[in-house]
Amino acid sequence: MVEAKTSPLKDRPLSPHLQIYRPTMTMMMSIVHRVTGGALFFGMLLLVWWLTAAASGPNAYATVQWFMQTLVGRLILFGYTWALIHHMLGGIRHLIWDTGTGLDPVGREWLTVATLVGSIGFTIVLWFVGYLVMGGMR
Amino acid sequence: MTERKSIRTPLARVRHLGAAHNGTGHFWHQRLTSVALVPLTIAVIIIVVGLLGRNHAAVVQILGSSPVAIVMLLFILTSVYHMWLGMQVIIEDYVHDELPKFATLLANTFFCCAVGLAAVFAILKLSFGV
Repeated sequence: MVEAKTSPLKDRPLSPHLQIYRPTMTMMMSIVHRVTGGALFFGMLLLVWWLTAAASGPNAYATVQWFMQTLVGRLILFGYTWALIHHMLGGIRHLIWDTGTGLDPVGREWLTVATLVGSIGFTIVLWFVGYLVMGGMR
Repeated sequence: MTERKSIRTPLARVRHLGAAHNGTGHFWHQRLTSVALVPLTIAVIIIVVGLLGRNHAAVVQILGSSPVAIVMLLFILTSVYHMWLGMQVIIEDYVHDELPKFATLLANTFFCCAVGLAAVFAILKLSFGV
């Protein structure tokens, strides 16, 4: 209590926060996993809008289809696709880590990079298939 | 046991001070739903890609068919539970004051229930053709 008076509260050492650490790949991907999870939380609204519109009738469905083919709609949909795949691959990575494997310096870096490369790759392949094979959004 | 002089009950002294002994269930359910969501997400992606560019009548017919509707329902219910658990962790990590924390946790539950029910209602409506 005596010490508390001599040294003001603001001068006390604080536990280090994010900005004190050098950014690492595992740290960045951990943050991205949380951010994509948060984005998918609100992205669920998009899926619900699509489903309720389909259940409502042709007019409501046409509105969704119109929005999805605008530039903003496509960007949102592209981001949603990437976030979904990234969060899924990140989740698989965490499930692997939960078993205690892949935590060594080489393994964890490899898994982390694989998540990012895999998510970007799968997203591009999926949109490629969507546009060229399935005819895209009309 | 040395605190017997106090009239405060043992429960009142420890309340809000330690583990509530339900964290493991939360962690386990998050993993359980994530395992289920891997195949379900892949299935839903295939369904959605297959529906691209189709007209309303075709979409209604495909979404309303039993196998597709069941996969969609499983995906929605598992996702909503998974994201409810996930958002709770995010809120507890960043919102520390009691009232905002309580409000956001409440909003999280309301949002997940409403979104989940709306999606389930839509799929059932498509399936039963009402």
